[in-house]
Amino acid sequence: MSIEIRQITKQFGDFAALKEINLTIATGELVALLGPSGSGKTTLLRIMAGLEMPDRGEILFHGENATDRSVRDRHVGFVFQHYALFKHMTVFENVAFGLRVRPRKQRPPEQAIREKVRSLLQLVQLDRMESHYPSQLSGGQRQRVALARALAVEPKMLLLDEPFGALDAKIRQELRLWLRRLHDELHITSVFVTHDQEEALEVADRVVVMNQGRIEQVGTPAEVYDHPANPFVYNFLGNVNLFHGRVEEGQVHIGPIQINAPEHAAVQDAPAVAYVRPHDIEIERSKNGQPAIAAIIKQIQPVGPIVRLQLNRQDTGQLIDAELSRERYRELGLKVSETVFIKPKHWTVYQGEGI
Amino acid sequence: MQAPSGVKTQGRITLNRAQTEPIGVRWLLIVAALLFLGFFLLIPLVVIFAEALQKGFGLYLESFKDPEAWAAIRLTLLTAAIAVPMNLVFGVAAAWAIAKFNFVGKNVLITLIDLPFAVSPVIAGMIFVLLFGMQGWLGPWLRDHEIKIIFAVPGIVLATIFVTFPFVARELIPLMQAQGIEEEEAAIVLGASGWQTFFRITLPNIKWGLLYGVILSNARAMGEFGAVSVVSGHIRGSTNTMPLHVEILYNEYNFVAAFAVASLLAMLALVTLAAKRFVEWKTWRQAPPRGLE
Repeated sequence: MSIEIRQITKQFGDFAALKEINLTIATGELVALLGPSGSGKTTLLRIMAGLEMPDRGEILFHGENATDRSVRDRHVGFVFQHYALFKHMTVFENVAFGLRVRPRKQRPPEQAIREKVRSLLQLVQLDRMESHYPSQLSGGQRQRVALARALAVEPKMLLLDEPFGALDAKIRQELRLWLRRLHDELHITSVFVTHDQEEALEVADRVVVMNQGRIEQVGTPAEVYDHPANPFVYNFLGNVNLFHGRVEEGQVHIGPIQINAPEHAAVQDAPAVAYVRPHDIEIERSKNGQPAIAAIIKQIQPVGPIVRLQLNRQDTGQLIDAELSRERYRELGLKVSETVFIKPKHWTVYQGEGI
Repeated sequence: MQAPSGVKTQGRITLNRAQTEPIGVRWLLIVAALLFLGFFLLIPLVVIFAEALQKGFGLYLESFKDPEAWAAIRLTLLTAAIAVPMNLVFGVAAAWAIAKFNFVGKNVLITLIDLPFAVSPVIAGMIFVLLFGMQGWLGPWLRDHEIKIIFAVPGIVLATIFVTFPFVARELIPLMQAQGIEEEEAAIVLGASGWQTFFRITLPNIKWGLLYGVILSNARAMGEFGAVSVVSGHIRGSTNTMPLHVEILYNEYNFVAAFAVASLLAMLALVTLAAKRFVEWKTWRQAPPRGLE
């Protein structure tokens, strides 16, 4: 089922949670709402579910206005951040709940309920746990029960609120790959909220980056990561180094070096900032006859397959984060306190007010 | 989760030596507490039964053959049977409204619930006399319609409801607030109606807290003296509850009978304590305090 959000605004007291949000989600898509806390992502999700009412604007399901439709009639599956499993019911009864509370005429017979619940528990790999209580399960297992419970009512869309937020790193990694596979199997329109950019980029078809009640950018993971629409998105999607300089006729002057910024060709001498990811910083031992920024290595941290460097620019004293592969690190034979030369490989230049 | 301090054994925290007081101080505190308890609680309790049985078990039983004693027992049971369920319904409704919804006047409601605890029971009784008594606001209208509230059973029930008002609500509000509304939200999203959500999700989660409130509410309903005394009129065999009956017998120097009826109330207290302890134990098992999960 497609979801269309038009001009949704929501205020909590003095706090503007959502400001005129417009968003269209296609049938079968897996969309991530990504943003820092307070960005309005959870509020937007809860409005889709009907757990919050928008102050203004409307929401359309499959082209039909559903703004005033009750939660019960929306047929959504909702997975809560803290699972919200029914503590006093077994895993089986939790999953069966949505079927058991149906009006008598629509309620499937007991045998059908059993089969349905068992097949769902198999899907989430918990078929051996059906008589356990939620308190006897691990966090990851609880979240899978919550997912099975949401799927039992055959929802037209699945809404997940920080589904893996409360889990440890390894389980989170496993579950998000599993969620991706599950989505590819079921093709149910899904929206999940996260503040973890890695999670959003890894799992979603499209990422909606939100900040302070507004949508900053919508795009595929590659689009938002490689072509961030503005400094906020750039900053939010991973670490970034800022190089301050001046832009003139499509060239940005940063200390001794110049980089191209053809999109600002019309600008005559204005302040500008080049955003460069740590892994887009090239490190050399010598200048090789070209202009480069000199920096001193402050710290070296090997993290798994990569090595993180913290450098101090010699001219401005600014801290620079750089990442390079282990291989390259070994090749260069870098040590703390050595002077090296750095150059951005890829960058995005922003120019104008507030930079 | 790891217990923050001490070692978990059988659900209790055992403090190690570094975390506790020297043995002398400990004993001093324990003995002081026991002496105090014995003097103010245990001795009076023993005295009640001793006085009731002082002229032998036969005379003790004889006291209950008095039809007025029976009338008092019946009236007390009737009052509790009406007041407790009414407070149960009210308490659940109020706690549900306060814990699960936001509305204007919520804080006023929370404060009002505590009012019966704050005012003297005598004043509670006076309120009803002023409202429904012969010279009260509604007195003439009630007289014209031949409805008797003050110096009759309805007045006693009303006064009892008033003083036992907060027990259930106060017990449930913190419990329901702590539980939050996520489970209810989950139920509604899954298609449950309001009633289904209440009976299948909310009620099972609060049942032990609810029972606890009911037990306390019942004990107070049966034992209330002040408020009931004002509205009852002390008509023997008709508007005397057990506590009032005890007072009358005592004033007539009929000590054995007075203490015999009092012993029933004391036994009610003991049963209440046992039931309360059981419910606490059950609640503890259902939701152990933080740090001991």
